[in-house]
Amino acid sequence: MPDELAEILAEYKEEKGALIPVLQKVQERFGYLPEEAISEVAKFCRMSESEIFGVASFYAQFYFTRRGKHIVKVCLGTACHVRGGERILDEVKRGLCVESGGTTEDSKFSLERVACFGSCALAPVMVIDKDVYGRVTIAKAKDILSEYH
Amino acid sequence: MTFEEIQTRAVSEWEALQSSDKPRILVGAGTCGRAAGALGVLEAIDGELRRQSIEATVIQVGCMGLCYAEPMIDIAKPGRPQVIYGNLTQDVAAQLIEDYLVNDDPHPDLALGCIGDGSIDGIPNLFELPVLKPQVRVVLHNCGFIDPENINHYIAGGGYSGLVKALKMTPEAIIEEIKKSGLRGRGGAGFSTGQKWDFCRKAPGDEKYIICNADEGDPGAFMNRSLLEGDPHAVLEGMVVGAYTIGANHGYIYCRAEYPLALERLRLALHQMEEHGLIGDNILGSGFKFHLKIKEGAGAFVCGEETALIASIEGKRGMPRPRPPFPATSGLWGKPTNINNVETWANAALILQKGSEWYTQYGSEGSKGTKTFALVGKVERTGLIEVPLGITLGEIIHGIGGGILNGKQFKAVQTGGPSGGCLPASMLDSPVDYESLTAAGSIIGSGGMIVADEETCMVDLTRYFLAFTQAESCGKCPPCRVGTRQMLAILERIAKGEGKPGDVGELERIANTVKQGSLCGLGQTAPNPVLTTIRYFRDEYEAHINEKRCPALVCKELISFYILPHKCQGCMICLRNCPVEAISGGKRLVHVIDQDKCIKCGTCLDVCPPRFAAVAKVSGEQIEVPSQPAPVEASA
Repeated sequence: MPDELAEILAEYKEEKGALIPVLQKVQERFGYLPEEAISEVAKFCRMSESEIFGVASFYAQFYFTRRGKHIVKVCLGTACHVRGGERILDEVKRGLCVESGGTTEDSKFSLERVACFGSCALAPVMVIDKDVYGRVTIAKAKDILSEYH
Repeated sequence: MTFEEIQTRAVSEWEALQSSDKPRILVGAGTCGRAAGALGVLEAIDGELRRQSIEATVIQVGCMGLCYAEPMIDIAKPGRPQVIYGNLTQDVAAQLIEDYLVNDDPHPDLALGCIGDGSIDGIPNLFELPVLKPQVRVVLHNCGFIDPENINHYIAGGGYSGLVKALKMTPEAIIEEIKKSGLRGRGGAGFSTGQKWDFCRKAPGDEKYIICNADEGDPGAFMNRSLLEGDPHAVLEGMVVGAYTIGANHGYIYCRAEYPLALERLRLALHQMEEHGLIGDNILGSGFKFHLKIKEGAGAFVCGEETALIASIEGKRGMPRPRPPFPATSGLWGKPTNINNVETWANAALILQKGSEWYTQYGSEGSKGTKTFALVGKVERTGLIEVPLGITLGEIIHGIGGGILNGKQFKAVQTGGPSGGCLPASMLDSPVDYESLTAAGSIIGSGGMIVADEETCMVDLTRYFLAFTQAESCGKCPPCRVGTRQMLAILERIAKGEGKPGDVGELERIANTVKQGSLCGLGQTAPNPVLTTIRYFRDEYEAHINEKRCPALVCKELISFYILPHKCQGCMICLRNCPVEAISGGKRLVHVIDQDKCIKCGTCLDVCPPRFAAVAKVSGEQIEVPSQPAPVEASA
């Protein structure tokens, strides 16, 4: 890890206010923010670890634990909400046996509810990794998930 | 290369494309299009073209706005108008290529409309369709029609001529022009853009910044995403004009990470600008220096608030601070900073290109120009629309939107996202402008417009918004931190059927406190959904509280599902689909739902064949059903 981290940090040497992009890069590389990485970033930014944690924990997209192989995101934006997004989320929770924010025991799936993907015209929407699925129904959600099992 | 040379080259490239003897196929491949399967359609088209050995130009374009008809393609055959096809599948798209390009059958049955010179029998003019006729596509004029990854397409249509003009003007003259256009901030607050630029221009300091707010966080809104995906240069041109006017040499685009395609297009567009000398140390030889960086958001709704956004760019927790000082005098790194929304920047570029007089022909007295809206929810034709300000809500929902989905009744329209309000049918004649919507208790906001029908519960919708704002409240000021939580607790109680008399009054009291006492826009506007639903839909609150009934049949704790014995044919479809095995029965036996096991997911209602329609959803009443499965009566 140290080499990879040093590589990331070197990119941001001269940059003002680089903390968030640095954390984004670290997460992109490791899938989450490991403790060792946070302490290295703290040294680099000349800040305390708790300050780094304070910033990272403020934003919804930083994770402090390892995540599943597939990230399932069910959209609950307003359009998805009025078109039944909640029911889709319930179905996915049942199907994967995991609560939103959690990761399945076999580390295969992490489930998240998100506020809006901006694909509202195709509500309800769910996203697995980088694939966006629109006009999802309960039956369709089951089929989509089975493709990833 | 001078700009004239760049322009000449761009125009000839565009004209060559238009007059080419090869057919041209545009595939709508914005995020919405992709979610609907556009990339599969693209693959099918490529495959079919190869199979038929047809040489054609295939271009991925942004969103044309007719999201309800995605995936869409646009086929331009030499000598024919362009034909737009919608709701395609891979098979249909491949068939269309064969039928139209090989056998010259334009398939009017699959076409939405056509554009350009000439006509084709049986295919209407696209812009005469009810969905497009009331619209004025100014900001979105390129979206869906040009290749967003080709700067020459943008330049050929007049792009960057606004910047060229601006560089020959004094900053004061530009500000005057923007003021004359009447342009107001499209992010929601509606502040005069010309004045805002003027404040920042006059603020003392050598180092100034401009920022583009592309942190489109309102759930139910995607106008900025579509514009960035479909025509990124329009926004960037506006930013360079703004930077020159204000005297800023550095700028940032703060875009949410949930928009990967928009980010990709922005990065590419910036790179092209560098190549063409439209950004950098000496823009178009004018000596003006401007550099632009992209910052990706990390998931915090409050960062749409300007002071929180600035904190986030500085690498801090995205928490707002009191104003004054306003960013115009002390913003990023304590320097004068001007922040505008994506759509505002794009409007500014257009005003410079075409003049304020042209711009003011659109809109109403106090609200000039056009506004884009994301028209979504329970409406027939969902999509990205652009209308002149002053149009009525009814014209948008019933005209452009084609009315309510599945012939249901309109109940409310929610504008302005979690900061806005819900307006009832009596407001449909109200014009859409900054003042009218504010007077009605809502706001224009950034442009989300979510339509609710009779099956939408207003208490549940309000609970939804408060759950959102409560979770997104940064926690800095107590009125917002505590108030949103208290309002949510009361709303949750009401939705569960545990509401008490006096809850509505209590909600109003807290809402007014939060509105007046909060530090930033998030808290000041978070009570709007509560206040407007109480104002216009008080009867729904009362039904939940006094009768323990949800009239829209939404709130789970207040509804029940029953299988009607005189209709059930014992087909076992619901029994097999019930996710919690709450249904008992057998072949030719009337099924029975175990009310204690039922999780009210509604699957049985969805799967029961319409010819039986044996599942009933009720609230506040009980239906007599047998306690055990019994044989289906022969007469039934």
